[in-house]
Amino acid sequence: MKQIKLILYIFGFTIIFLNSLKAENSEMVEKISKNLRCLICQGQSVYDSQSDFALSMKILIYKKIDEGKNETEIYEFLKNKYGDWIVYDPEINKNTILLWVIPLILFIFGGILIMKKVSIR
Amino acid sequence: MIKNLKFIIFIILSFFIFFIFLKGLDKPNNYLPEKTLNKIETSLVFKSLNNQEEILLEELINNSNFSIINIWASWCVPCREEHAYLLRLKNLNKINIIGVNYKDKRSNALKFLSDLKNPYSKVLIDKDGTKSIELGAIGIPETYLVNKNKVILKKYIGPLDNLKFREIIELIKNETN
Repeated sequence: MKQIKLILYIFGFTIIFLNSLKAENSEMVEKISKNLRCLICQGQSVYDSQSDFALSMKILIYKKIDEGKNETEIYEFLKNKYGDWIVYDPEINKNTILLWVIPLILFIFGGILIMKKVSIR
Repeated sequence: MIKNLKFIIFIILSFFIFFIFLKGLDKPNNYLPEKTLNKIETSLVFKSLNNQEEILLEELINNSNFSIINIWASWCVPCREEHAYLLRLKNLNKINIIGVNYKDKRSNALKFLSDLKNPYSKVLIDKDGTKSIELGAIGIPETYLVNKNKVILKKYIGPLDNLKFREIIELIKNETN
């Protein structure tokens, strides 16, 4: 009787353990697919979209995570295939440097402008 | 005088901005990932539609100087339109045409091929669409013209037509010379 109980416990725990592992994966898929642009229905993320492309993409991300790839590796893989445009969060490189720097310049410029106005008064 | 000048500058500037936006309306703002890939991913293993055997894509591409990889499905209407061009390309006997059957039922795919004739030397199955993504496709139909060194000579998003058909022939001619 005790043995059966023990076996049941072990069985139950392994199921819970495996489930939680899987849940972690799908959370990861969610996180990654929210940062990917769907190329079919542009303006939507892969996470939101129900197009064939997005559905397959989610399966693919799941598979890649199962293979042991991490988040950045998956982004790299997709950027290789589809270009930087597919990720919402553009990384800093030669093409996107203006995108990152202009707001900063405007912010500093605005700051200087305000300072001047205030000091004149 | 100065007030007038300001007004004129304002008007000119508004016109300028208006026309820039007007011009922007014509510009297609759909992004197509056309020039991002140079080489095709060949380390993919597919199942064949005919006998379910597993095939490495690389082996198929090595067979011929030029290959076309065409992603299609029986439920895809534009695929029916482009089918005639694939048959014409096959009749040139210069290109190895490989089909990738995208998210399709086997019986429907076989019926499609028996109804419209089969231009493919081999039809591979992509049941869940993930392999097409590894190839770099975004939707179907999509066609890749690939040479023996796995270099993508041209990628067509959307169905083939007369213009693209001629371009393919031209490309092959230039490459062989």
